[in-house]
Amino acid sequence: MELLLALAVGALFGVGVYMILARSLLRVILGLSLLTHSVHLLLLTMSGLKRGAAPLLGEHAERYVDPLPQALILTSIVISFGVTSLYFVLAYKAYKSIGTDDTEQLRREAND
Amino acid sequence: MTNLVVLPLLLPLCTAVLLLFFKEKVILQRLISAAGIAVTAAASALLLARAGSDGMQTLAMGGWAAPFGIVFAADFFAALLVTAASVTTGFCLAYAMGTVGPEREKFYFYPFLNFLLAGVNGSFLTGDLFNLFVCFEVMLISSYALLVLGGTKRQLKATLGYMLVNIVSSTLFVAGVAYLYGMIGTLNMAQLSARIAEAGSGGMLDVLSVFFLIVFSLKAGLFLFFWLPEAYEAPPAAVSALFAALLTKVGLYALIRTFTLIFPAGHGFAAQEWIAWMAGATMLLGAAGALASKDVMRILNYNIVISVGFLAFGLAVSGEKSLQGAVFYLIHDMAVKALLFLLAGMMIRAAGSGRLDEMGGLIGRLPLVGWMFLVASLAAAGIPPLSGFGGKLLLVQGGLEAGSHLLAGISLATSLVVLYALVRLFMRAFWGEAPASLPIPAEEARVSRAHTACAAALCLLVVLMGLGSEWMVQASAEAARTLVSPSDYIDAVWKE
Repeated sequence: MELLLALAVGALFGVGVYMILARSLLRVILGLSLLTHSVHLLLLTMSGLKRGAAPLLGEHAERYVDPLPQALILTSIVISFGVTSLYFVLAYKAYKSIGTDDTEQLRREAND
Repeated sequence: MTNLVVLPLLLPLCTAVLLLFFKEKVILQRLISAAGIAVTAAASALLLARAGSDGMQTLAMGGWAAPFGIVFAADFFAALLVTAASVTTGFCLAYAMGTVGPEREKFYFYPFLNFLLAGVNGSFLTGDLFNLFVCFEVMLISSYALLVLGGTKRQLKATLGYMLVNIVSSTLFVAGVAYLYGMIGTLNMAQLSARIAEAGSGGMLDVLSVFFLIVFSLKAGLFLFFWLPEAYEAPPAAVSALFAALLTKVGLYALIRTFTLIFPAGHGFAAQEWIAWMAGATMLLGAAGALASKDVMRILNYNIVISVGFLAFGLAVSGEKSLQGAVFYLIHDMAVKALLFLLAGMMIRAAGSGRLDEMGGLIGRLPLVGWMFLVASLAAAGIPPLSGFGGKLLLVQGGLEAGSHLLAGISLATSLVVLYALVRLFMRAFWGEAPASLPIPAEEARVSRAHTACAAALCLLVVLMGLGSEWMVQASAEAARTLVSPSDYIDAVWKE
């Protein structure tokens, strides 16, 4: 199971990096969200995977899963959600005011 | 255990939330945020006094003891930085009133500024690695907003690049946290330090220290500063001053904390050696940039880069004296960079342009600003008796004692470049021949008395820091003492 997840993390990370290198801003944003998701999966994997137990069920629970990484992931998801939506709005605004979503052209336009 | 530790984070946060209710009432917003920052600065000063007299102050959030809950820990170093950051923000706030324009002031400028300070203070105080990430994000998201507020093409473009770099580095930060949690099983910095010291070095731990080196270097602009000059010149001067004074310093604080507490010098893999190379390269490249630029903001931005290299030089040597110098220089640099940027803002406003070849003869119109700029330049270059001298002296002494002659030489040479670049800027802008006509209407080019007075107060502070070097040396020695002995930090967090 860990191996599968590790492969998933690697694939997501790779695809994310590839998309960040693209010229279109939309792809860059999608790449960023893939990248953050891969890191969340990594957090989950690094805490060790167990089956059939809830994070925490009172003091006398026989088995439980470490709840901390889940709390961390939740926090990180909220942050990345906020940042990604801000980035979307900014990209849209840049497209509206400069008239392109191509990063190369953006650079040229703004320098003029 | 004292609640005082969390106040420098909590007060700006509450002020910011309160400000959200008064969107249209600019005067009220100004008053509330001024009061909020004054109270924050007072609370920070109290915390500093307490940390000085009673040793390190800690607070376990919600009463959850050290390894289980989030700990806030204010040693003398953190308290000193929090105080300096709050005071500097106060000056930037005073300058922002009336210079950033009513559109920004009505569009949540003051709340964002307070959120930024909350993030910065939180980063300095937290004793938990994941909480550091969260405070970083609070700071960064506010900085995105402050950077883009106004929405000119240049700002949009700068923000898109700045955000991309920071999101990628934050993602790497979370990945580093994940690996560290998987291997060490804790994120409390004190416990991390103790357990990593037991676990020794090798394999993944070395990789992890490089991971954190890359992440924090990106934030601090240490060697990986490619994003910095463009991003910091887009917003209005008050915001640039705030960024120059605080943002890179938070990255440097994280670097210093990580490589003195979690991966201290002498721990297996020599991250310090890498930092030394990066510091040297940063100083040289920053100096080249400062010499090649012909724009006031660009030249100052490259000066930020140079001072980051300087501070990293202190960390690379990691002796007690070098760290003392780094702390001294860090405090000095916060005040001086803010001052330089505020003065540059006035110069650009008066000349109607930030390009050196379109400026000149400003001394006739702004004599006080001109001489203050000269004082700030000399302080930044480290001419005695101004405040830069003490820090640089300690840094160079520490470097020479530890045998890193090359770095000490580079740092002295770049100090000369700083002096040359800033004095050249002064001579061009203030003494040179005035252009035949202003590019903007004369009434827009006026600098108000209140803003000059605000810069004069900060300038006085810089001069006082230089004349009061005795106190600064003692304070930075106290801060460096806790940095070189991680066990003090660990014991203080554990004791409660």
